[in-house]
Amino acid sequence: MAEMRRPLTRIDRVFAELAARNCAAFITFVTAGDPDLATSARILDGLPDAGADLIELGMPFTDPMADGPAIQAASLRALKAGTTLKLTLDLVRLFRIKNDSTPIVLMGYYNPIYSYGVERFIADALQVGVDGLIVVDLPPEEDNELCLPVLKAGLSFVRLATPTTDDRRLKRVLTNTSGFVYYVSITGITGAASANPAIVAREVARLRRQTDLPIAVGFGVRTADQAAAVARVADATVIGSALVARVAEGLDSSGAPRPHLIGDMLGFVRELADSVHRARL
Amino acid sequence: MATAKTRVSARRTAKKKVKRGATTPPRNTFRSGPDENGHFGIYGGRFVAETLMPLVLELEQAYSAAKADPKFHAAMEYYFKDYIGRPSPLYLAQRLTDHCGGAKIYFKRDELNHTGAHKINNCIGQILLAKRMGKRRIIAETGAGQHGVATATVAALFDLPCVVYMGETDIERQQPNVFRMKLLGAEVRPVSSGSRTLKDAMNEALRDWVTNVKDTFYIIGTVAGPHPYPMMVRDFQSVIGREAREQMLEHERRLPNTVIACIGGGSNAMGLFYPFLDDAEVKMVGVEAAGHGIESGHHAASLSAGRPGVLHGNRTYLLQDEDGQIKEAHSISAGLDYPGIGPEHSWLHDAGRVSYVSATDNEALDAFQLCSKMEGIIPALEPSHALAHVFRIAGKLPKDHIILVNLCGRGDKDIFTVAKALGLKL
Repeated sequence: MAEMRRPLTRIDRVFAELAARNCAAFITFVTAGDPDLATSARILDGLPDAGADLIELGMPFTDPMADGPAIQAASLRALKAGTTLKLTLDLVRLFRIKNDSTPIVLMGYYNPIYSYGVERFIADALQVGVDGLIVVDLPPEEDNELCLPVLKAGLSFVRLATPTTDDRRLKRVLTNTSGFVYYVSITGITGAASANPAIVAREVARLRRQTDLPIAVGFGVRTADQAAAVARVADATVIGSALVARVAEGLDSSGAPRPHLIGDMLGFVRELADSVHRARL
Repeated sequence: MATAKTRVSARRTAKKKVKRGATTPPRNTFRSGPDENGHFGIYGGRFVAETLMPLVLELEQAYSAAKADPKFHAAMEYYFKDYIGRPSPLYLAQRLTDHCGGAKIYFKRDELNHTGAHKINNCIGQILLAKRMGKRRIIAETGAGQHGVATATVAALFDLPCVVYMGETDIERQQPNVFRMKLLGAEVRPVSSGSRTLKDAMNEALRDWVTNVKDTFYIIGTVAGPHPYPMMVRDFQSVIGREAREQMLEHERRLPNTVIACIGGGSNAMGLFYPFLDDAEVKMVGVEAAGHGIESGHHAASLSAGRPGVLHGNRTYLLQDEDGQIKEAHSISAGLDYPGIGPEHSWLHDAGRVSYVSATDNEALDAFQLCSKMEGIIPALEPSHALAHVFRIAGKLPKDHIILVNLCGRGDKDIFTVAKALGLKL
């Protein structure tokens, strides 16, 4: 039976182009609306030029159970600044006016989406130019909620695989995964421990035996050296906590962004991106 | 379309079913939940991160094996009787009955349990399961500290290290329980994120669990969380309702007319209600914490003022804003100070089997004092909410109406909070 070929997505194109150059992708995570909507929009705009190949945009939530202190704090800053899911989608809309090639994957928890309404959310996400979703608290057991409608609508649903996902379960985790697979390199919350490169290499090989999708690795990666080590064995390196910590450092005592916050932040992104892109040279 | 042959065999099976039904009559039941995926109607489920999913599945398997093992039940019964002091008495509160001048008021005295609340029932069940599973470290969340004390107690008894997460706000208002946990050898970790109460303690416990997946057993204190917790905690707490039902039949030769319990997460209520759910003549009322009043916005009444959402591994009624962000709950009672409720309660609410009402901080304080003075029983602030509703309705009911209320905890831990609320200094 002839399989229907779906059109190449922005995510597919980015990974294909980088693979052709034998280069890993650098994925940045920032929280939408952190520290405020205007600054967040300017950070987003600057990320592709600073070397981000794909952007994970955090949808802030009051109770981010899988996140460490850095991303918890970022979420609270964003909520305090008035960020809602609607405004998060607006950030993507603004970004797409200037950039039509860098994929944006929204990452967060299910309740704000459920509250927004699944159908309405998918329609709006497609319309503003979102490419995929990562929803931490929706395992395959809850695929009917959001994953299946999202795939049907043509968005990617990027699933997390973890050290506790054994081979049998991995099959189930990969079944409805699209775009890429996100390997969580530690058991723990974001920004907590550091990943062990040897174990990461072994785990990526384990995933490769079951999927042809690109494999991104995150959760335990903070420094340029760690990012490069991951880039040698995986298709992408994800850095989040270390980036939002830079946002925190760029705030004055009243919580307002200092003038150099965006420059410092993008400078750090450039340093990490260079390290990832040169890792295999 | 069915062929003649399959139709015949279908009829035969139906016949067989009817025959078998002669011994256990098939009927509509409120006691069949959850389904295999942990759903009570649209509520419940397993909304957890992938890292935890294999652990949750392992727990479900281990629990269903334990449930089928007579040795597990024998061990539970042993600790229930000789360690907790079960069965807890059913007590006719005669002076309060006379005072209200209407319905007969019975207390199910779970405040007489070892550690002073119903929480220990569940902890014994879960620690026996943890032992069976070979887990070597225990974690828990706590609000009022009753579940923390109960967990620290069983961890001491079974010689396992124990970490209890507790919001900083709760630590301030529940000092006696904090010290108790420490005496029992547990480490109390203050939680400073969010509203610094029970919900944040639960977030932090989940973060610990996701980090220490190999050896840690998470003893959840209420009928919430990912499947199988709501079912498992309900099963362990159902001893309350089973005993009360039998005792009532013995005392009064009939079932109560109305059964009442307070609700935070809802474990004492679920434990009391469950064995009565299919007794259609028994009316059930859950009492949520209305804090400063529902209209004030400072309350913990998820069913009265919330809507369905997903938090802490299950879908249930939640206090949340328009954007799906979780709101902070408020109650004078730390044990009720939670923006959600167990999923089975959400289902029973929608199905109309249980009615859910609320009582304010002040109503609970009044009930606390009235019960202390008239019965010589200082109740915890949590069941004081249930008592407040009892005092609201008892006088209007006929004298042959029987109310059964769960006195799920004693008030020693609350004396400082109550003194402060009454403007007294200890």
